[in-house]
Amino acid sequence: MEAQAPAVPIAGGYLYRRHALPVRIMHWINVVALTILLMRGLGIFNAHSALYWGKSSYTGRPALLVMTSIEDKDGQPIGVTTVLGHTFDTTGVFGLSKDRDGELADRGFPWWATIPDNLWLSMSRSWHFFFAWLFVLNGLAYVVYTVVSRHLTRDLVPTGNELRGIGASIREHLRFHHAEGEAAKRYNVLQKLAYLVVIFVLLPLTILMGLAMSPWFDGVWPGWVDLFGGRQSARTIHFICAWLIVLFVAIHVFQVIITGLWNNLRSMITGRYRVTAVSNEVPDEAR
Amino acid sequence: MKLADRRKRRRFLARMFGATAATTLAGCNQLSLTSWAPKVLDSAEKLSQGAANLFARKAMAQEFSPADLSPTFRSNGTREPNSDAYRQLAGGGFAAYRLQVGGLVDIPTEFSLDQLRALPARTQITRHDCVEGWSAIAKWKGARLSALLQSVKPQSRARYVVFYCADPMENDGTDLYYESVDLDDAYHEQTILAYELNDQPLPVPNGAPVRLRVERQLGYKHAKYVLRIELVESFAKIAGGRGGYWEDQGYQWFAGI
Repeated sequence: MEAQAPAVPIAGGYLYRRHALPVRIMHWINVVALTILLMRGLGIFNAHSALYWGKSSYTGRPALLVMTSIEDKDGQPIGVTTVLGHTFDTTGVFGLSKDRDGELADRGFPWWATIPDNLWLSMSRSWHFFFAWLFVLNGLAYVVYTVVSRHLTRDLVPTGNELRGIGASIREHLRFHHAEGEAAKRYNVLQKLAYLVVIFVLLPLTILMGLAMSPWFDGVWPGWVDLFGGRQSARTIHFICAWLIVLFVAIHVFQVIITGLWNNLRSMITGRYRVTAVSNEVPDEAR
Repeated sequence: MKLADRRKRRRFLARMFGATAATTLAGCNQLSLTSWAPKVLDSAEKLSQGAANLFARKAMAQEFSPADLSPTFRSNGTREPNSDAYRQLAGGGFAAYRLQVGGLVDIPTEFSLDQLRALPARTQITRHDCVEGWSAIAKWKGARLSALLQSVKPQSRARYVVFYCADPMENDGTDLYYESVDLDDAYHEQTILAYELNDQPLPVPNGAPVRLRVERQLGYKHAKYVLRIELVESFAKIAGGRGGYWEDQGYQWFAGI
């Protein structure tokens, strides 16, 4: 790959069907559901803007994270965030921030990160659970589809060859090089691994840790929540998972933009992806 | 395609995305205020409840060891009911306290604290999960609600048990707290009318003299300062009609999640 001359796109190319209709529908359901789940989730977090490790919040050990508002030495309210014993002044963002009308308010996350922008816990919960169910059912449908249609084995599971080429793939990513021509039709090995980890580890773990916060589901198999450190640990893991999903989405969107925003978007809307012919292309079969 | 066209299209797309995102988020707030959207959203509550009953209808809530006890058990919501009648009861050490049990029962009965203590009891170390997100672990002792119910002979029409409390939720002394559970929860082994917290008589900030413990649900279901119990076929005609004080403010009746 690296020894080859730089790929030069030539006129033409062709459209090929990249994403099947079920995948496209389920992808966009996820976009809506995850956005609402995140922002409603932060709204729920704001009802008690602290995180703990253990079976309860009151274990005799300090909280892992606290966002709150205190008075500084001049008696002015400031927002402070304490993470693992280190306190930071986060006025304006965490702990104390201006609401939509410009009034200072005690709140964990600022108004623009939560829906609704005021604290409305019951409504946030209604939305969160509705979209949690949508997200879970959508996810189950996806897993069934991806196995039955062989999307999983054909497109997502890396081959041994690909795994051996992981070092090269990392170097390519760090230099923002991306595949073109026929090679762009397949996911690269890092992409495959990222998708697999998110689909089969991160998202299920997030859902499981959400369930672990349910006093009712804690009883399904006595003690299972303690495997994760207890209910308050589960709440913390749920929170961390949510931000790992945000991180994944940020990288995903970045990659979508640098590898051709319109082409990628079209392939996730109409299914069609333009493969540009590349002057030094070796036909697929010859590889 | 010309470069200028591409730029134009990109700008158009970016605007479309921005506008869609903004309307969606603003729309969420607007939707919450309609009469129909919350009903659609609450359909998820039925799914959660259905799943809970499917997988764990008889399940026991998790119990803990003395090592897990929280150093103090915090009080939330009402710390001291703002009512003269309650202050009088508390002033007299709850000697005059009578728990009235009625509604769809064959033998309406009043229970003094001593009579409640004489009922089959259960002691349990459980975790209290507040809807806000925090948890605290404490040891509770109380009369098993199932034993109390059996003694008053519920009628076959009874479907819910309603708990009426002493604490007014408005400053003018109105809007008394209340809660309700279904018969599955009412007869559940861990459902007790607690009169002891951490081996001491239940303190006023935690619901003296008697509070409900319904361990598979969130804190607001655990009615404090219980004065009266009524068995009903439906709670649609009680207060706001949603089965509890917080439920009437929009919280879920099923608080197992």
